[in-house]
Amino acid sequence: MDLKEKLISSFMAFENLMDVDLPVHDIRSQAIKVFETNGFPTKRDEAWKYTSLNNVLKHDYSVFPKHENAIEYNDVKKYFIHDIDTYKIVFIDGKYSSHLSQTTHDGIDVCLMSSALNKPKYSVLIENYFNKIASKDSFTSLNTAFSCEGAYIHIPKNKLVAKPIQIVHFSTGSEAALMLQPRNLIVVDENSHVQIIERHQSLTDNPVLTNSVTEIYANKRSIVDYYKIQNDNENASLIDNTFINQKQESVASVHTFSFGGKLTRNNLNFYQNGERIDSTLKGVTIIGNKQHVDHNTLVHHIEPNCESHQDYKGIFGDTATGVFNGKVVVNKEAQKTNAFQANNNILLSDKASINTKPQLEIFADDVKCSHGCTIGQLDESAMFYMRSRGIPEKEAKALLMYAFSNNVLNSVKIPEIKQRITKIIATKLGVNIGFDL
Amino acid sequence: MNKYTEDDLREELKTKEYEYGFYTDIESDTFPIGLNEDIVKAISLKKEEPQWMTDWRLESFRAWKEMIEPEWANVQYVKPDFQAISYYSAPNSKPKYDSLDEVDPELLETFKKLGISLDEQKKLAGVAMDVVIDSVSVATTFKKTLNEKGIIFCSISEAIREYPELVKKYIGTVVPQKDNFYAALNSAVFSDGSFCYIPKGVRCPMELSTYFRINQAGTGQFERTLVIADEGSYVSYLEGCTAPSRDENQLHAAVVELIALDDAEIKYSTVQNWYPGNSEGKGGVYNFVTKRGLCEKNAKISWTQVETGSAITWKYPSCILKGDNSVGEFYSIAVTNNYQQADTGTKMIHLGKNTKSTIISKGISAGKSQNSYRGLVQISSRADNARNFSQCDSLLMGNECGAHTFPYIEAKNKTAKIEHEATTSKIGEDQIFYCNQRGIDTEKAIALIVNGFSKEVLNKLPMEFAVEAQKLLEISLEGSVG
Repeated sequence: MDLKEKLISSFMAFENLMDVDLPVHDIRSQAIKVFETNGFPTKRDEAWKYTSLNNVLKHDYSVFPKHENAIEYNDVKKYFIHDIDTYKIVFIDGKYSSHLSQTTHDGIDVCLMSSALNKPKYSVLIENYFNKIASKDSFTSLNTAFSCEGAYIHIPKNKLVAKPIQIVHFSTGSEAALMLQPRNLIVVDENSHVQIIERHQSLTDNPVLTNSVTEIYANKRSIVDYYKIQNDNENASLIDNTFINQKQESVASVHTFSFGGKLTRNNLNFYQNGERIDSTLKGVTIIGNKQHVDHNTLVHHIEPNCESHQDYKGIFGDTATGVFNGKVVVNKEAQKTNAFQANNNILLSDKASINTKPQLEIFADDVKCSHGCTIGQLDESAMFYMRSRGIPEKEAKALLMYAFSNNVLNSVKIPEIKQRITKIIATKLGVNIGFDL
Repeated sequence: MNKYTEDDLREELKTKEYEYGFYTDIESDTFPIGLNEDIVKAISLKKEEPQWMTDWRLESFRAWKEMIEPEWANVQYVKPDFQAISYYSAPNSKPKYDSLDEVDPELLETFKKLGISLDEQKKLAGVAMDVVIDSVSVATTFKKTLNEKGIIFCSISEAIREYPELVKKYIGTVVPQKDNFYAALNSAVFSDGSFCYIPKGVRCPMELSTYFRINQAGTGQFERTLVIADEGSYVSYLEGCTAPSRDENQLHAAVVELIALDDAEIKYSTVQNWYPGNSEGKGGVYNFVTKRGLCEKNAKISWTQVETGSAITWKYPSCILKGDNSVGEFYSIAVTNNYQQADTGTKMIHLGKNTKSTIISKGISAGKSQNSYRGLVQISSRADNARNFSQCDSLLMGNECGAHTFPYIEAKNKTAKIEHEATTSKIGEDQIFYCNQRGIDTEKAIALIVNGFSKEVLNKLPMEFAVEAQKLLEISLEGSVG
């Protein structure tokens, strides 16, 4: 039985566990139909031209983990940004882990999707926001069909959330192969500010496939800072679908750090539904071995006077492949748009490859849109300069690569994350970068 | 003084009709409409082709029948009914002329209206022309000079008869019969086209030029061009097109193959100004062209195109950089107005070591038109030290048009250096202001800016052609370009 059939038949079992009187039930039933019609995307689909899922979909994934697992905080401490105080929403094999988490209902809601979907007091918000901007493609629909757990964050008007929120998904590997489908909803109301860090981590070598969907609503003048740290082990694959709906004068940024995983696909979609919006999409990808990272971004400029900035840097070694597919759409009404997109790549090996496709679709005349994209090598004269001053080759290389990705790190607003990323980069490059940031 | 603003320009663009829309009544020898194996055989018979060519056509036709029309391009149109087209049409009086006096005077009149009359061209530029009117060559000049150098420049049907071994060796090697839907169709039914062979070490002393015209109601035109530059040779080839106004959509599916052997250089320039349809988007030519060149060692192919006409343009002049140190270039200006749609760009396939490619693409969209750049830069794993630079700029006039870029970049070699940049903008108020401030009125300023915007590409055109290109830019867009 292939995965598609398995998922469709599991849906019936899944429905039995769920309350079918809730409005979300209709949404789920519709979504499974969409998935049934579309199936998994193949390389024949333009959006998946460079990413083959064959290697990922061949495993016999369990859709529901059989038993609950517990992990000790000390064993997994290193996967948290632990040096600062944060709210935490932690899931183990898709189930909420209350002893690792730290949630709140004090003025803001940092809690669970399952309670938001089931409790009447959240029903208005769910009705207004749930599955409203998520696209209808097959992975997102599949997630919608099985949506029951994930993070639910609601920041009411005029709140500045004092500490960042961490969303961490662990998989323990007690199943031979596991498929996870977390569903997050984040609603930030007027004038509020929130910082969120997301991470998926597999603790063993058993294959894991995560198909995650996150919907973020940044209402008027709100500020949303989102960091995705992807440094999973090499049997874990991630299909991440993030949708951000921005209202006027809001500022949203998503930083994606992809250092690990077997196959990582980031579908990042920004919709600018208001004037004077600012969107930032940045990413650093450093991978080797047989890893594959695919960034698929969309910024849709719908209204006038908005800005978007995209900056993705990639370093690819061994037989790794990188894909960047960035699309900027400027509607007819979206005059005075300023859209910028850059994608810079370095190939370290002859077997590594990069496919990039920066796309502009512009229907308005008074706009400034540009994109740039480069593929190149480390500067030999810079290497020579450093080596002539006694810096060993490996370190010199690492310094150059670090400098290459520094543009992206500069706009990270939480210093601890910056430190953490620097450390990961250093480990990745096998050196000890002798300076602090 | 009345101010000339961008709105005026826009208005002018909207109302400016196709000036060259006229129709020459030459008695034609036209086939019944429709396409089947008999028609393919009949075309072949009519052209007195050898058996291998007939078989080649039939093979293509069978392949074509199995293929479906591509839909990935960013254009919308009513698909042509391939059974409602007549696949062959030739001017009736077709003896070969020795001098221009013998040429059908009506035909000469046509050229005069276009401002490209043969004698004028002869005097002005010393250009040899293989004039194709409705698919069949009717006049060839300067043949003798070329003969002395050993250069073969004739119609493809003549080449099939006279130089079968050359044609047989190279036809379909760069654009295979089954390459794509339109290439297969062309391979089956091509009516005529040009053939050019430059022998080893010869530098072609003049620009070779062919003017294509579609001139018979309801006939698709399917040219086939084959240019072979033998080792160490050089040729500059010009192709220019205009077509009369017509209501139904005309189909044009040409195939151009360039072969540059070791150390050879081919420069291929096109000015395309087929009927773009009227201001409501009715009529106009469908232009589905496959152009590709193959570079051997140290060879260079340079494509330059000025695309101002056609209702639908679907065209990707490409270079396969097979030999080491080979160079591919692509310079393009695509102008769309009213309801025109253009999806054009290039493919640079780097296979050899130290290969270089440059892409400069300028898109200007006005009215309700859509202008897309679609390109591919591919570096294979063996192509060490490959270098590519691409630049795609779009200029938008009015907020009902669209500009799109779809660049595909695929690198599989760590020594590759690729740069791609694209910008989209309109004529800035500050730019106009700067010019005004220095005493240049708005009309001139706009002309200056548009001209400057396209300069990089216009500069690449041969002198004689640049003049014509400017003329065509005028019709489709500029009114004020000086």
